[in-house]
Amino acid sequence: MPEPVIQLDAGSGGSASQRLIRELFLRRFSCPELDALNDAARLDISGPLAMSTDSYTVDPLEFPGGDIGALAVHGTVNDVAMLGAEPLYLSCAFIIEEGLPLALLERITLSMAKALKEAGVSIVTGDTKVVPRGAADKLFITTTGIGRIVTPNPPQGHRASPGDAILLSGSLGDHGLTILAGRHQLSPGPGLRSDTAPLNHMATALVRELQEVHVLRDPTRGGLATTLNEIAGQSGQACLIRESTLPLNPEVTEWCAVTGLDPLYLANEGKLICILPQAEAARALDIMRRFPQGRQAVHIGEVIAPDGPDKARAGQVILETPLGGRRLLSMLEGAQLPRIC
Amino acid sequence: MPHPDLHALLQGFADPALCRALLQRLEEALLRYGRPLRFMEVCGTHTVSIFRSGLRSLLPAALTHISGPGCPVCVTHDREIAACLLLAKTPGARIATFGDLMRVPGPTGETLKNAQACGAKVHVLYSPMEALELARRYPRDKIVFLAAGFETTAPATAATVLLAAQEKLPNFYLLSLHKLVPPALRALLSSDSAAGGAAPPAIDAFLLPGHVSSIIGSKPYGFIADEFNKTAVIGGFEPSDILQSLLLILESILQGRPAIGNQYSRAVAEDGNPRAREIMLKVFVPQDALWRGLGTLPAGGLALREEYAAFDARRGFDLTLPEYPEIPGCKCGLVLRGELTPPQCPLFGKSCSPAHPVGPCMVSSEGSCAAHYKYNLG
Repeated sequence: MPEPVIQLDAGSGGSASQRLIRELFLRRFSCPELDALNDAARLDISGPLAMSTDSYTVDPLEFPGGDIGALAVHGTVNDVAMLGAEPLYLSCAFIIEEGLPLALLERITLSMAKALKEAGVSIVTGDTKVVPRGAADKLFITTTGIGRIVTPNPPQGHRASPGDAILLSGSLGDHGLTILAGRHQLSPGPGLRSDTAPLNHMATALVRELQEVHVLRDPTRGGLATTLNEIAGQSGQACLIRESTLPLNPEVTEWCAVTGLDPLYLANEGKLICILPQAEAARALDIMRRFPQGRQAVHIGEVIAPDGPDKARAGQVILETPLGGRRLLSMLEGAQLPRIC
Repeated sequence: MPHPDLHALLQGFADPALCRALLQRLEEALLRYGRPLRFMEVCGTHTVSIFRSGLRSLLPAALTHISGPGCPVCVTHDREIAACLLLAKTPGARIATFGDLMRVPGPTGETLKNAQACGAKVHVLYSPMEALELARRYPRDKIVFLAAGFETTAPATAATVLLAAQEKLPNFYLLSLHKLVPPALRALLSSDSAAGGAAPPAIDAFLLPGHVSSIIGSKPYGFIADEFNKTAVIGGFEPSDILQSLLLILESILQGRPAIGNQYSRAVAEDGNPRAREIMLKVFVPQDALWRGLGTLPAGGLALREEYAAFDARRGFDLTLPEYPEIPGCKCGLVLRGELTPPQCPLFGKSCSPAHPVGPCMVSSEGSCAAHYKYNLG
C-alpha cells in the first residue's frame, strides 16, 4: 500500500476537497463559526480591533520545538497581541504541493489545534489549495488574526520615549538557529529547540496590569537588532543595549561562534520586547516571569534621547559590549551569508 | 557538536577583567614609546572582531587601527567578478560559491544575486566539497566553484580538486581567485602611494592573520623584519588575543628588535601545517595575480597546475578576464592600502552603503567600509 499523499483533486472544490476539509481540518479546528461551513464566518465583536496577517513558508516543516503549523498560529497571535490586543479569531489558508504525505499534514494540523487551544483562539474561516509539484515548496500557510484591543492607549513603536526601560522576555536566537541547523542537517544537541510559543497571555497581562506600556514587539525575522532599529526609527529616539545582559543558551553561543552567525540577528518566535517607563520596569519583569515564556525576562537597556551625552543619532541602536566598549548595532542588509573563512 | 567547554573557553578569552588589565599595560607601553603607533591587520576576522567586541572604542588614542587587504572578497578584482558573472550566465553552467561573493557588484553593478534572480543557477556552499556533490547530482550541468580565499581556504579547494581527479568528474570546474598574503604585505611595505605624490601613511607594525598563519607558519613573514625593519605578530581573534598581540608588538618595538612574533601559538605552529601546504602546492602553483587596490602582484595568487588543467574554468569556458574602467569615485583601493580610512572616501555613506554598495569593501561583511558603516559610532 503506497503512503497516502495529497493529490491535486483535494484542491478541486469537489468531493475530494470536502473530504479533506471534513476529515482533517473540521475535525481538528471545530468551532461554531467554522462548523457552519458558510462562505464567511459570522463574528460578533466590537470596539477598537487589531488585525495582522502573515505567511509561513518555513523549511523544514517540522523542527525541534515546533512545526509550520504551530508557527502559523503563534506568529499571527503574537503580532495581534503586540498591539495590546486579545487575539480572538484566525483565518487560515493552506497552499499544499501535491504529493505532501497525508500523515505529515495530519501531524501539522494536530499541532495547530494544540497551539490554538493554548492561545485561546479559534480558526473561523479557511481555504485550501493544492498546486502541482514544483509550484510551491511542500506547504505554505497564511493566517490572519483579529483581536480586541484591551487598553485605551495601545503600545506602538513611535511611543518609545527617552528614559524608558527596554525589557526582553528571554533567550535569543533559538528559533533561527534551530531552523538553520535543520536545513543543513546539523545536530546542535538536545538543548537547542525553537522557542515558538504564544505570547498573548503575557502581553495582555502587561497592558492590563500596568499603567503605561509604550512598546511591545516580538523580535522575529531579523532578530533583536532589526526590531530595535525599527523601534528607534519609528520613535526618532535611540536605544542603548547592554550586551552582557542578553540571555543566550549555551548551544546558541557555541554554534554562533562556530558558524560566524550573530544571535542578535537570528529569528525568535516566542520572545517579546517591552518598552515602558523606568518606574514600571520592576513590576513588568515580575509579570513577565509569571509566564513560562518570560521566566528569563531581563532589563537589557534604555531608550535614550538622540544627540545627548551618549552621542547617538536618532534611529541608532548602540551596543555596550561586555568589555565596556560601545558600537553600533545596525540593521542587517540581507540574510546572514556563510563567509569564505 | 562543538567541544563541551567551548562556551567557557570563549568567555575566558573575552574576559572583561583580563582585557582591562591588558589595555592598562598597553597604555603604559605606549607611554614609554612616546609616539603614536599605527598598526594594520590584514584579516577580515580581525577587522570584525575589533569592531564587534567594542575594542576599537577602547583602544588608546595613540594607537591607530588600519584594516588592510584582509578580506578575500574585497581584494577580488572587478575583472574577476565580471568573469564570475559571465560564467553564471553561461547556459549549462551552475555556480557554486561561498556566500559573501553573492552581493559583490561587478563593474556594471550586477551581482550574482541579481543573476540568480534572473535565472542563473547559483548555490551557496559552506565547503568546497559540496561542489562535488552538485557535480554528481547534476551530471548534465557544468559546476563551477568560485575559489576565492587566501592560504586558509586554498588547501580545502586543493583537496576538492584531488577528489574530483580521483573520481574523474567530467563536469567539475574551478575558477581560481586564490590570493597569497605575504606578497601583498611586501607590496604594502615597498609601494609608493597609489594616490600619487604623497607617501602612504607609514605602517609601524602588522597584526598578522591567525587563520592564514595556521597554514603557512611564521617563516614566510621573515622579510617584514629582515628587509623592512618592522615588527609583526600573528594574533588570535578574541579580544584578549588581539590586545596581547598589540602588547607583544609594542614590547618588540620598545626593545628595538623588530621581529615576527606568534601570540596565537594554540593554533599556529612555527612551521604552520606542512600537510595542508603540500596538498595546496600539489594542485596549485603560485602565479602573478590581480589584486584590487594593489594591481598585479608577482606570485600573488594561485593557479591550477598543468596536471589539473581539465578542471580550470578559464580553459573549460575559454575565459579571459574582461577589461573594465575603474569604478569612478570608489576608493576601495586606497582603503585596502591603508591610505584612506573608509569615512574619508567621498562615496562613504552617501552613494555607497550596504544597501547600494559601490565597492567591495562595503559589500563583504568583513570589508573595512562595511565594518565602519555597521559598527562605528559618530
